[in-house]
Formats: sequence, C-alpha cells, structure tokens
Amino acid sequence: MLLIDCPYCGPRAELEFSYGGEAHIVRPKDPEALSDAEWGDYLFMRKNTKGVFLERWCHSHGCRRWFNVARDTVTYEILAVYEMGSEPPALPERNLV
Amino acid sequence: MVRYSFLSLLRNALSYHENWPQAWRSPEPKPSYEVVIVGGGGHGLATAYYLAKEHGITDVAVIERGWIGGGNTGRNTTIVRSNYLWDESAALYEHALKLWEGLSQELNYNVMFSQRGVMNLAHNQHDLRETARRVNANRLNGIDSEMLTASQVKAFCPVIDLRAGGRYPVLGASLQRRGGTARHDAVAWGYARGADARGVDIIQNCPVTGFIIENGRVQGVETAKGPIRARKVGIVAAGHSSVLAEMAGFRLPLQILPLQALVSEPVKPIIDCVVMSGAVHAYVSQSDKGELVIGAGVDHYVGYGQRGSLMVTEETLAAICELFPLFRRMRMLRQWGGIVDTCPDASPILSKTPVEGLYINCGWGTGGFKATPGSGHVFAHTIAQDRPHALNAAFSIDRYQTGYLIDEHGAAAVAH
Repeated sequence: MLLIDCPYCGPRAELEFSYGGEAHIVRPKDPEALSDAEWGDYLFMRKNTKGVFLERWCHSHGCRRWFNVARDTVTYEILAVYEMGSEPPALPERNLV
Repeated sequence: MVRYSFLSLLRNALSYHENWPQAWRSPEPKPSYEVVIVGGGGHGLATAYYLAKEHGITDVAVIERGWIGGGNTGRNTTIVRSNYLWDESAALYEHALKLWEGLSQELNYNVMFSQRGVMNLAHNQHDLRETARRVNANRLNGIDSEMLTASQVKAFCPVIDLRAGGRYPVLGASLQRRGGTARHDAVAWGYARGADARGVDIIQNCPVTGFIIENGRVQGVETAKGPIRARKVGIVAAGHSSVLAEMAGFRLPLQILPLQALVSEPVKPIIDCVVMSGAVHAYVSQSDKGELVIGAGVDHYVGYGQRGSLMVTEETLAAICELFPLFRRMRMLRQWGGIVDTCPDASPILSKTPVEGLYINCGWGTGGFKATPGSGHVFAHTIAQDRPHALNAAFSIDRYQTGYLIDEHGAAAVAH
C-alpha cells in the first residue's frame, strides 16, 4: 500500500485517495478545430511511462483536493508531490526498459 | 517432435523417463526472419503457431524478454468463457472458445481444459437486469448462456451462501456451461512446442530495445542479442505494449495497471465450477491441485511492479468470506500480480499500426487468457495477409478516432 503525502493533510494511506491518471494533459481550447485524430489523442492516448511518471491524485476521503505526484512506476517510490497548476520539480531521469 | 501418446509414455517409463527430448529448441537468433513476434506469452506463441500452420510462414522468431509464459500467461486465474455483450466481442471470444474445445488434440498437449461452467453473480436488481440483457444477447449470438434463479445458483454451487452475510445477497446469476478453466502454463508450452516443430525459433531472455524503421516501414528489431531484421513485426507484449509503442513512435490508449490473484492451501474438492462477481471484485475456482484460485480487482494506478496492493487483497477476501463463509479459516499460500493493459472500452486492439509492416495485439486488460487461441489465430491472419481477419476488423486502433468503441466493462467482470 502506498503512503501518499497529501500537500494539505500530510501522509495518509493509499485507500483514502483516488487516482486521476496522467497529469499535465491540457484540454484543447477549441475542440471544434481539431481533427478526429487529435481529439482521439487528447481523449484516449496515454503515456504509461515505465519509470518516473507524473500523475494526479485526489484525497477523496480527506480534504477532497487534487494534486500532482511524481512516482516511479516500477519501485512505486513517490519522488515529489506538488500542487495542481504548478510545473513539476526537477526529477532524476530513471526511465527503464 | 515426438508425439505424446500412451505408447510413448510407456516406452519412456522403461527408461525411467530420463530420455524425453526437449519440447522446443533454444536456438541463437538468425540475422533475419520473415516475421518477428515480440513477446512470448500465450498470445505471441499462438500467433507464431498459426502463422506456421495456417499461413505457411515458418521463418518466424518469437522474442521474449524473460521466459515464455512468465508474464500474464502464467499469472491469470485461468478462466475461459465467451459470454460478452456486443456482437463483435461475442464473435471473437466464441471463436477462441471453439478453438479451446479442440486444443489439447490439436496441439497433442494436454492443456487440461475443463468445461466446468462459469457463473457470474447478480447481487441487486440492476445486476439482474444487466445479466439478463447479456444472457439474451449471448443467445442471439448462438452462445450458450442461461439465467439462474437464486435457488438454481445454490443447486449449481452448494457451498455459496446466498445471504452472503447480508452484504452481497445473491439474487441470481448467468451461467455459461461451456466455460471453465485451463492450465495456463500448458497453453504456452503447447503452442511453443507446436510452433517449434514447424520451424519457429523461440528466443528467450532477449529484451527488445528498439525498432529498426526505415522510410516509415519496419525492418526489424534491436535486441539484447543484436539487431534482428524482419519483413514484418508483431507486438504482443501486454503490460509492456506502451513502452514498445513509444519506441516505435506511436501512442496507445492504454492504462497499464497491476492486477492480482492469490491461491489458498490445497484442500479436497469443494467447488467444482467457476464463480465470478464483478460487483464485489472477486472470482474463485479450485485448481486440480486443490488450491482455491482467487482473483481480485485492479490497483487503480499505473504500475509495472507485478505486485498488487494489500488493500485490494483485503477487499477481495472480505467478499469471498461473505459469499463462502466456510472458506474463512483457510490460509492463503501465495499472492502475486500481473500488469495488465486496459483499454478505455475494455476491449482489445488487434490492428495494423501507423508503421508499415508493424502490427499490434494488446489491450486485453484483465481478461486476455480466455482469448489466447482466437487472438493468435486472427492476429496471424492480420500479419500474414496485411489486413484484419473478419473477426478482428472492428478491433482496430482507429476506433479511438472514429468513436466505434466496443464497451465491455460489464462482461469483463473485473473492476477497472
């Protein structure tokens, strides 16, 4: 079980949180102007990085606020927790094959 | 290939079973092949087998980063059924089920396919309506499926507690009698032996590190054992599909999630069917060794760790204990995880890709094992003919642009 450090409530067990998938996906400003391929890419295509992955979590059984997490998807080590809307902090390169 | 038979068993008994030949070779890779399959799980090996058998393409290598059948093929709960809702999936999974029914004879290898019946439980009025809808859809598609009342559920599986502690009352179920289980390792080994006998090279402990792509056309793969040229390449890598697609320069609509299972200590025969419940995230059957084989829901975050979170184990076992109070004092022997490639519509992708000569078979998510023979069969056709088989035409990667999604979250029966 993950121990996630909510930026607002402190460290809590994984079961208090829900997952929001890949972070930093920006909703296109003018969807009507996109091709089907571009819209499909926005809706469905995901990175699934093996290594350091930036993702969103919500403290749904706590403060109910969203935030971003940088986590290694192989070791599950949480490397950084940062607020929505902010840029990810500098992180070690450790993408693995 | 030595044919396995009663006589060969007898002959080898005389030499204390010390002279059985190896079931497949372990060759060094050749510099080039006509087709390279990336991934030596059940689906990849089946693809190679049917390429050789149905399409006469024997210059094939299956390249596996670990050992064959060591990924999701050896980590699932071995359930086989075809009771999917939509016409496209029903046809694909039923094609697989029909192949399962003759597979041991076809491969001359006992895959221990046991059609013991698969029950999907309904715990509330909504479940009942959805179950009835799926049973009716199955029957219209010629798939055996029937609706059971609560008392019929009890008659079919006496160890179940219909009250389920008041938490998960069983109101009814669907039953597919032709569904059941198979020995998952044997499926990989049987296909490996059959493919090898037809000239396919199976290369283990050889991770693929990149693709050789020239002018938008695949020319081979880079591997730990050096470059291997190929006219066509098929990716059948389940949990590592996204990693490989990124190497080849295209994107996939997958989420890679850990899915776990566990087995109990072995006991005498107690449950002779498969019981599944999508609503409470638990499914159970008993292996021939006597262990209860229990499957759980997925962890809800991207993970390559091949292990599951304990909170999911707890939730699953809580449901199992309510449904089967007599299992409460059993001890669990092993718990493990596989990493599954789930699609937004819980249906697989068997498709050409933006790279010429590169094909992908992925997105089976929580339920790929049951489809192994059918998946390999139609994917071999897709590679050999450079166009999809009628049964997998709808499962192209383009459906995430056209919107022709095949939503099987209900029939997938595993929470994700």
